[in-house]
Amino acid sequence: MRQEKITKEKVLMTGNEAMARGAIEAGCSFYAGYPITPQNEIPAYMAIQMPASGGVFIQAESEIAAINMVFGAAAAGTRAMTSSSSPGVSLMQEGISYIAGAALPAVILNVMRGGPGLGNIAPSQSDYFQATRSGGHGDYRCIVLAPGSVQEAYDIMPIAFDLADKYRNPVMVLSDGMLGQMMEPIQITKSPRHQPARYKKPWALTGCRNRKPNVVKSFYIAEGELERWNLELQKKYQAIEKNEQRLESMFSHEAETIIVSYGTMARIAKSLVMKLRSRGKKIGLIRPITLWPFPKKGFNSLKRNQKILVVEMSYGQMLEDVRMAVGDKFKVGFLGRSGGGIPKETEIVRALERL
Amino acid sequence: MERTISRTFSLKNVRTHYCPGCGHGIAHRLVAEVVDELNIRDRVIGIAPVGCAVIAYDYWNFDCAEAAHGRALAVATAIKRVRPENIVFTYQGDGDLAAIGTNETIHAANRGENLTVLFINNAIYGMTGGQMAPTTLIGQKTATTPEGRDNHQGYPLKISEMLGILPAVKYVERTAVYSPQQIMQTKQAIKQAFINQLENKGFSLVEILSPCPTYWGMSAQEAMEWIRDVMSKEYPLGKIK
Ligand SMILES: Cc1ncc(C[n+]2csc(CCOP(=O)(O)OP(=O)(O)O)c2C)c(N)n1
Ligand code: SF4
Ligand SMILES: [Mg+2]
Repeated sequence: MRQEKITKEKVLMTGNEAMARGAIEAGCSFYAGYPITPQNEIPAYMAIQMPASGGVFIQAESEIAAINMVFGAAAAGTRAMTSSSSPGVSLMQEGISYIAGAALPAVILNVMRGGPGLGNIAPSQSDYFQATRSGGHGDYRCIVLAPGSVQEAYDIMPIAFDLADKYRNPVMVLSDGMLGQMMEPIQITKSPRHQPARYKKPWALTGCRNRKPNVVKSFYIAEGELERWNLELQKKYQAIEKNEQRLESMFSHEAETIIVSYGTMARIAKSLVMKLRSRGKKIGLIRPITLWPFPKKGFNSLKRNQKILVVEMSYGQMLEDVRMAVGDKFKVGFLGRSGGGIPKETEIVRALERL
Repeated sequence: MERTISRTFSLKNVRTHYCPGCGHGIAHRLVAEVVDELNIRDRVIGIAPVGCAVIAYDYWNFDCAEAAHGRALAVATAIKRVRPENIVFTYQGDGDLAAIGTNETIHAANRGENLTVLFINNAIYGMTGGQMAPTTLIGQKTATTPEGRDNHQGYPLKISEMLGILPAVKYVERTAVYSPQQIMQTKQAIKQAFINQLENKGFSLVEILSPCPTYWGMSAQEAMEWIRDVMSKEYPLGKIK
């Protein structure tokens, strides 16, 4: 096999910039978005780098326009992306449903902030239900990825675009204001590591030269037609659930207590786990990386006497998926804060003691 | 017998779902004829709206996308930007283009997107059962203006005139389909709007006054006369820009 030439350099950047850069390196050639804090670094980066790499940048008139532009660019066969934060992502839900219904590949970044309503601009994880339960109308699912560091925010972008193309499905990357704004040195991979051309798109709208016309649509009005199409989608979702569960697991087999957290919250939990272990506590961590499909397989081999504490920056959303994964065999505790509150180490320690 | 007229290649040989006397069928055919006359069938991409014309792609024999209600111009903007060599047009009703999609319409026009827009103004929401449209005339009875539209429900929206004042808009014309002459004029305007795109001139829109006999409560004949005698007084025909 031909050895790929890989040059590596370390660069200091924010999580937002890391996702933007990762997207362009993954072959994303279309970006449309509308300003909203805390993700404004992404359109600012794209405004410069997208044209510089031969792609298209559009500041849309709203998130509704932005997601429908992504629909168009994806329908035309390009790797397309938008980014926003919670209120803007709410506005995009109809468009995401159309993307799912038309089986188009697209990537949506949600740098979550506090809600409901205008809420605030503090980091939050309270859009978990919206992201994992099909926030728009209809029986569909987004693949949802949750990076836990700036490095992973960068590394996960080619995975997001590959999954979108592979399954012809919207992929949401769920970050938050803390991860988006945080600066870390990251390892940049400069190589042809992403090959958008690997996924052929014979369904794309390119003009019908030498072939039959293509139609990109989600309307199925004839008797039984929509049910047949929805069953096709269900088959796809089953394949995704089977093949694409991702998680990070630390000491979960030998630990007496396991913290389950994702994203920024997992980062905080991870350092606490290391601290407590150095003091001899038998504690571990499960960090879901795919929120949908939820990585149930990470919970299969747990033993009955192990205890679980779910910690989130919301009032118990992922908690429901953990409960479904373990059934009623396990005692599952919960600690959550939202609206700008982030569970502190001392609070987590107290919650562990209460288990 | 000599054949004097035949179906143009870009129009499929299928049964219509439109009501008798509906203007959508005429407009579909004109689009198909223009596409064939300009010889652009293999690079044209049409965007169907949500409205009675949602399945326009069942009639047109070329690549098409179906946009969410009102979002055709956002979808078209992106397709044209990533594939400038293609010829991209939207086909939208008055509810789609001038109510729920007003924002997308104004901003695509204001950016001067190099697109062709065909705007079917039938002064009503056909697909959902004949409710008031932004273009409904004062006094016109609809399902949601049972006493006739009055000023409190707004005035007939002159979106074409509004778009005409934007510097990036290249061409706006209002036509109708109530007579053979007007149909030929409509075709001429559609052709111009496509030629403008071929010549990279920018945003071009043709507003077509089109009958909806079903929800106007008229015969096909009466509907055509109503466009001629009433509707085109409120919406004067001709080149706006
Ligand atoms: C978000 C959303 N709101 C409402 C509808 C319902 N709806 C479908 S078509 C339509 C209006 C159609 O009127 P128009 O655009 O004038 O097209 P026509 O049928 O008259 O050609 C509406 C309100 C929808 N499909 N989506
Ligand atoms: S309801 Fe009106 S616009 Fe719709 S198909 Fe019938 S006549 Fe045409
Ligand atoms: Mg209408």
